[in-house]
Amino acid sequence: MTYQEIHDKLTSTSSWQQSYREIMLLGKQLPNLPNALKTEQAQVKGCESNVWLHVELDESQQHMLLVGDSDTRIVKGLLAIVLSLYNSKTPTQAAKIDAYQEFESLGLIKHLSPSRGNGIKAIVDRIQTIALQWV
Amino acid sequence: MSDIAQLRNDFVTLNQSIEGNPLVYLDSGATSQKPQVVINEINHFYSKNNANVHRGLHTLSERVTSQYEGVREKLAQFLGVFATELVWTSGATHSINLVASGLTNQLRYDDVILITALEHHANIVPWQQLAQRTGAKLKVIPVNDQGIICTNNVLAQIQKWQPKIFACTHASNTLGNILDVQVFIAQAKKIGATTIIDGAQAFLHLRPNLRQLDCDFYVLSAHKALGPTGLGILFGKYEQLNALPVYQTGGEMIETVTFDQTTFRQAPAKFEPGTPNISAVLGFGAAIDYLSNINFSAMHKYEQSLFKYLLEHLSAIKGVKLYGDLDNNIGTISFTFKSEHHYDLAMLLNSYGVAVRSGHHCTQPLMQALNLNGTIRVSLAFYNNHTDIDRFISALNNCIQLIEG
Repeated sequence: MTYQEIHDKLTSTSSWQQSYREIMLLGKQLPNLPNALKTEQAQVKGCESNVWLHVELDESQQHMLLVGDSDTRIVKGLLAIVLSLYNSKTPTQAAKIDAYQEFESLGLIKHLSPSRGNGIKAIVDRIQTIALQWV
Repeated sequence: MSDIAQLRNDFVTLNQSIEGNPLVYLDSGATSQKPQVVINEINHFYSKNNANVHRGLHTLSERVTSQYEGVREKLAQFLGVFATELVWTSGATHSINLVASGLTNQLRYDDVILITALEHHANIVPWQQLAQRTGAKLKVIPVNDQGIICTNNVLAQIQKWQPKIFACTHASNTLGNILDVQVFIAQAKKIGATTIIDGAQAFLHLRPNLRQLDCDFYVLSAHKALGPTGLGILFGKYEQLNALPVYQTGGEMIETVTFDQTTFRQAPAKFEPGTPNISAVLGFGAAIDYLSNINFSAMHKYEQSLFKYLLEHLSAIKGVKLYGDLDNNIGTISFTFKSEHHYDLAMLLNSYGVAVRSGHHCTQPLMQALNLNGTIRVSLAFYNNHTDIDRFISALNNCIQLIEG
């Protein structure tokens, strides 16, 4: 699902429960990472749940390729949203993405607050840092 | 019983909506809500009486000092001990650290510190660090698969290890188990061990008489018992307490100071350097007054009936697994649902206005012993009611549907 499709879906929900249902569905659709890729290096610190993230650069296309996984349904769904924001973007495009703004417009900004401990902020920060290295 | 149910009205925080639903506060193990009298007392102090204690001859200082020391007297009566045996600290954690640090010189290489597998990190790490400083050994009384420690096993382990220090919780923060600490203390005393009981969770629900318990030290946190945050209490039998070396130094705890030497005051003053948390002490005084006006056995009965009601409904949900001692319990239950992550359940419950704790509850070793990465913890207090539990159970069923649907 593209980010735009996710955006349309989430902004048309009428309750938190419905939003969570959609978020968890997005998580379900995100392929599981094979255990071999769930390395310590890939682990994003600062999450109450386990989150793994790999960010690569497709040299020929100059596109970013991201895969990730989490052991909770909600964080995995939120991760799917983040990945849809950044996947196939050039590092320059990625560096310009304001994930906070996007989560705000999805009505999910509270998931970026530090007290939730879900690590979405840490995930976004890691992607941004890597993207900036490639710009 | 209905009298107890009325008390809920004194807790205005409970009267609000979260995500469009009435707040269902089931996280009193993390911190209790505060009755209006406590909030009023703090407000009154800052608006009318604000001054430092033990430092001024002026009216405000004199007035506040007498109130402040009055709370120590009041609490001493409530606990069945002397006011000189109570030290104000910043919390139960601070209290344990003060004792663990103070006992350093009393330990030798290979001495044993005995704790249980139910302990909160605050009653593990200070002992572990003390063991590392002194070459003593930290030994742990294990739990069974359900998270229960049987009394006979504790007595046998005390006999076996002959510990110099026995530190144990009065009630588990994660599972709610009430431990038979009076029996443990008697056994530990027979072999000359110093006994420290963590009463952070138990105090509000069990109202122990510390003289009867006969432990050497007992610690608690005001905020878990209707009081403000940032205030803890260390009880120590006077002789043992006064024998501990000073922990932190500074103003007010001294007798005389020269640039070469300082002499210190006697306990409890010698453990209270600097300006104390005056507003919290006064607020806690109001909490003790409030509790004193509640008939304990009626409150206890009410809490236990709520807990039974909770267990009945929770255990009826297929896939829910309960942990801990369901019979001797302060009203706190940890559970898992199938293999679902506690994070998902807690977040979904919040969207129904239900506040629970999720995770390892600062008891990682206990989680390891139970082979869990975390649980959902529901912790009750007397200001909860049956409607809270009905709303929680209905929300939980909805969350399960959301997850499985």
